This record gives sequence, structure tokens and C-alpha cells, in this order.
Amino acid sequence: MIASIVFSVICLAGFGFFGWNLWKIRYNINLGKDIDRSGNKSERLKTMLLVAFGQKKMFARPIPALLHLAIYVAFVITQIELIEIIADGVSGQHRMFHEALGGFYTFMISFIEILSVLALIATFAFLARRNIIRLARFQKPEMKGFPSLDANLILLGEILLVMCIFTMNGADEALYLQGASHAAHDVQGSFGFTISAWLGEHVFSGMDVATLHLLERIGWWGHVTMVFAFLNYLPYSKHFHILLAFPNTYYSNLEKKGKFTNMESVTNEVKLMLDPNADPYAAAPEGAEPQRFGAKDVTDLTWKNLMDAYTCTECGRCTSACPANITGKLLSPRKIMMDTRDRLMEVGDNFRKHGKDYDDGKALLGSYILEEELWACTSCNACVQECPVNIDPLSIIVDLRRYLVMEESKMPTELTGMLTNIENNGAPWQFSPADRGNWIHED
Amino acid sequence: MSNLKVPTMAEMMAAGETPDILFWVGCSGSFDDRAKKITKAVVKILNHCNVKFAVLGAEESCTGDPAKRAGNEFTFQMQAMMNIQVLDGYEVKRIVTACPHCFNTLKNEYPELGGNYEVIHHTQLIQDLINTGKLTIEGGTYKGKKITFHDPCYLGRANDVYEAPRVLIEKLDAELVEMKRCKTNGLCCGAGGAQMFKEAEKGNKEINVERTEDALETSATIIATGCPFCNTMMTDGVKNFNKEHEIAVLDVAELIANAAEL
Repeated sequence: MIASIVFSVICLAGFGFFGWNLWKIRYNINLGKDIDRSGNKSERLKTMLLVAFGQKKMFARPIPALLHLAIYVAFVITQIELIEIIADGVSGQHRMFHEALGGFYTFMISFIEILSVLALIATFAFLARRNIIRLARFQKPEMKGFPSLDANLILLGEILLVMCIFTMNGADEALYLQGASHAAHDVQGSFGFTISAWLGEHVFSGMDVATLHLLERIGWWGHVTMVFAFLNYLPYSKHFHILLAFPNTYYSNLEKKGKFTNMESVTNEVKLMLDPNADPYAAAPEGAEPQRFGAKDVTDLTWKNLMDAYTCTECGRCTSACPANITGKLLSPRKIMMDTRDRLMEVGDNFRKHGKDYDDGKALLGSYILEEELWACTSCNACVQECPVNIDPLSIIVDLRRYLVMEESKMPTELTGMLTNIENNGAPWQFSPADRGNWIHED
Repeated sequence: MSNLKVPTMAEMMAAGETPDILFWVGCSGSFDDRAKKITKAVVKILNHCNVKFAVLGAEESCTGDPAKRAGNEFTFQMQAMMNIQVLDGYEVKRIVTACPHCFNTLKNEYPELGGNYEVIHHTQLIQDLINTGKLTIEGGTYKGKKITFHDPCYLGRANDVYEAPRVLIEKLDAELVEMKRCKTNGLCCGAGGAQMFKEAEKGNKEINVERTEDALETSATIIATGCPFCNTMMTDGVKNFNKEHEIAVLDVAELIANAAEL
């Protein structure tokens, strides 16, 4: 009875705090500008099923893809067991589904156990890739400090979680063998779960009933605690991708990657410039707000850019494919996403504390992302192509460039020359437009 | 005086004729000495196949691509709207271009400003000419030669055109060898995003050198491209390794024109 109450309180607190953090993230994402990603629902659904659910883009690199798949599938399937755990916890029963589901229960838990072992192997492999093999993309400057710790904490948490599952099932199996499992009403027998049947016989067999009951409870409570700790750590971690990968791929850009967004605000101005009947002294229409061209801070970006930032799990595939980063430039597309997220969390906290007009004197551009990073981009779309959850760092880079060029006229001097040439001669070089057809008559 | 037949839209209109397709030459193809050879190779193929085409000549202007990539939307849209006025004035419906940057901009970014055209890359047009039997190639010139294709970002990743240039290379009876980074994983030559017009930021290597290493690893004797900027970058990259006498950097259109002995 006390256990049920304690469990229910943990449950409510765990889901409640998580909900509060979810609300904050939703609030933060909604600080972004509007962009229409509503149309073409069937294509969107297909993209989500293939890319997020089906992990399609992960398989561009098969080894990590298989390791990741093991953890992913184990995680998804384990949710079924979690339903039983919560039902047991609240009701004070033991293995509620055991008798009701019969053979299917044995199959289901066995399946989860096999996946858990695979996930455990994958987790050790991932720890090795980060800490022993030290893959280059996990050692970049932006990964120093919390981002590396974050990744390792998640992996260690997964190991603990799996350990708890096997302690719980293994001890329960040993109890069942002695006719002392609460799930089987004092009959002797075996659950027949693939892994824990072996564990119960070989690891937990020599122990007395009291110890086994204690171990079983440690496993159960440990599991529950880990689940709620994990759930509530998620919003503070790169690991939030397990949730946002789905909406983020659903709202993917479905246009060709080469198509940059059209700036309507500029179109109106250019039309006025080209219209001989336009009144150059006309007052701005009533209620027209002065617009900022491009992005200086996170609130100038679109909500999709901001969702991208929260979805990023810092795998660094983008950075490892970026021609600028490969050749030692400062630009790292992953850092662009991490900076955007970190700044957004800061701005969101500020707004909630001090109101929406609060200015902390900082901005994404300058305080987080430097001009040198932006000007190293070749707009080649390799980062966009690589991202397993369809994040688009390039559109942030371009919007920041737009601000620099159109609001502050700040750009490398050669580009000023190039732009002047286009405006004066209709070509990026200094050639006379009249000579454009000269090649026709040259040998 | 060359013997190429290159009518302008103005000449065609004066003669009361309408071309089937506009050849958008682009700034590089018009002014850059190396790229002009690519332009002429395209014209030779068009002439040989009796394609009724025209160019804009002095009426053509930069599409605005480098301005847009650099972040100057004003300059881009000014260019775009002026070009659209010219194109619509001539009632242009179809455009072919040998520059993937012009291709991308005309195809994807002009429609929202009112310019709607069917835009194809020259490799797609040539593939079509071969498919319809208007162009035949004897495999002699490049038979058995090792050729690698460098995917221009604005043709490949940006617009998903990977096959047309490769199909053409295979028509040469040549051995197409892929670089370790190719197609969707292709590495940029370093020129895109207005980088062509500026010095690279501080780093430890030039991007075109990194990319040329990929090409050298294939031991191909010809690096084929489909973009005048990639051509410049790869040519410089090959020179960086002092291999310019062993390895040629050629546009797919040049390979086809040479093989067809035009």
C-alpha cells in the first residue's frame, strides 16, 4: 500500500515535471517566426516514417546505424513492459500481464530481453567509440565539457537500466524456480524468458528467498527510478531527439535543397523600385512594423530552425561532411545548431523571467556564432544531406549572412566588389555587359 | 571568325522565328576564357543536332545566384526581376544552361518571383539528344580511358541530378570510376556559396586540394565536371599537384563534342 502511494507520487511528479519542461520547450520553439510547413501531408508522413521511424538516413553509415538500431528498437519495444510496470506500481500487483497474456507474455519479455542484450552491446560500443577509439567527430571543440559528459551519462544510464531489468527478471526467475515468485502464486516453474531463464538458473540460483525478493525489488525500483530520471533528464540533454525526431522530420523542407527561401519583404521593396509609377515618398502603410532583414538572434529565425536546434543530438555527421570543417576552418554545422539551442534556452528563460521586451545585450550572432564561421560556408548542402533527422543548418547560416549583409553591410571586401559588379555590370566580375556576347565571334 | 551558328533572341525575333530552347550562357560561360570553351562545346553539339536555339547575348545578365548565396537578397531580386522581364518579353518557355548555379536559380528561385520556365542542365539535354537518336557517339576518342565525375553541389545534392552526366560518360565507352565521396556524399569543390569570389577563411587546407586528392586516388586521367566553377577549382587543384600534363579537367559537354568529333 505504501509502495503504491510512493510509486504514484513519483509517477505524478515525474510526468508533471517533464510536462512543465515540455511546455517550456514548446514556448521557446514558438518564439520563432512563422513558416508554412502544413501542406502535402502524405509526403510529410512518408518522410517521417522513412527517416525517423525507419532510420533511413542513419544507414549511410552502416556500423553506427546497426548499433543505433539495436538501442532504438529496444527502447521502443520496452515501452510495452513499461506499461506493465506502471500498472503494477500503481495497483501493487506483480506482473499483471503474466497470466492474462500467457504465451504471448513470455514471447514479449523474451524479445525485450534479447533486444536489451543487443542494446547493451551497442551501448558499450558507443562508449568505446567516444572514449577509447575517440572518433574525430566526437572530439571537436564544441564537444568539450557538458556535451561529452551528456553523451556518456546517457550511455551509462542505459547500462544501469538494462542491469536493473536483468536483476529484476533474473531474481524473479530464481524465485519462481523455488516456488516463491509473487507472479506465480507459490507454484514452482519457469517464466521461460530467453535471457533471464539462464540468469535465474546460473547467477541467482544459490541465493535464499529473502535476498532474491530484495534483489527483485532493487531491480524493479531501480528500473522505475532510471525511467523517470531519464525522462526528466531528456529536456536538458541532446537526447531529446528521441521525441523531436518525429515532428522534426514530419515538418522537413520538401523543396529542392538548392532552393533558398524567397524574402517577401524584399520582393515588395524591389517591386516598388522597378515600378515607374511608385511614389518614392509614400508613407509606410498604417501599422506596418519595421522589419529586420535576415537573422541576428534566435527570435529572427523560424520555428522550424528552432525545432531543428532542439532535435540535434550532436552526432556530428554534418560537421564530418562539411568541406569547410574538413579543411580546418572554424565553421562546424553542429556548433551552429548547438549555439542556436543554447541561445534559445537563454532567451526563453529571460522572456519568462523579465517579459518579452527584455534585452540581455547578447545575440546569437556575435555572442555565439562568429562572422568567420558564416563566411566559411560553401552552401554545398552536405550538412543537410547528412543529418539523420533532417536538420537544416544551412538556412540558419544564410539568414545570419542576410542580416550581416543587408542590415550591417558587413562582409568580406571581395564580396562587396562582387556585389557592386553584379549591380553595375550584371556579372560578378568587372566586364562590360556589352561584351557578354563577344565569345560568339572569338576563335 | 568562328563557324558556330549562335543566333540571339533579338535576331530570331526580327526574323519572325521562335527558338525551341534558350541557351542561358551565364557569366562564367560568357566571360571566363576556360568556360567559354565549354560554352562552345555546347553550341557545337546544338548546331550538330540542328537544335533550334538562341542566346540572349548582351541582354543576358547575372541570375543573381552569388548575391543570394552571399546574403544580399536585394541584389538577387533586382537581377531576377530584370531577367524575368527579358525572358518573358521573348516568351521563353524552355531554358538549357551549362552552369548548375544558373540552373538552380532559374529553376527553383525564379518561380516565386513570377518567372516560370522549364529549366534543364546541358547534360540532361545532351542525354535527350542521344536518346532520341539525334546524336550518336563512336567510342573511339575516350575508349577505355579512366574518367571520374565530380558532382557539382548545385546539380547533385541541390537538385538530385546524378545520372545524366554519368550516362553520358558511359556512352564514351570510357571506364567511369567513382571517387570515394560521390553523388549524395560528393565533396564540394570549394567555389559555392559565393566562395568563388573571395579568399577562403583561415584553415589548414584549400577545399579544392582536398577534393583533387579524391580524384587522384581514382587514378583517373580525366576529371569530368558539369560546372564552370568546379572546372576552375579542379583545374587549380590538379596544378597544385603538378599533374596538369597527366590529368585533364573537362566538362562533360567537351567530352561529348570531342568524341563526336565536332
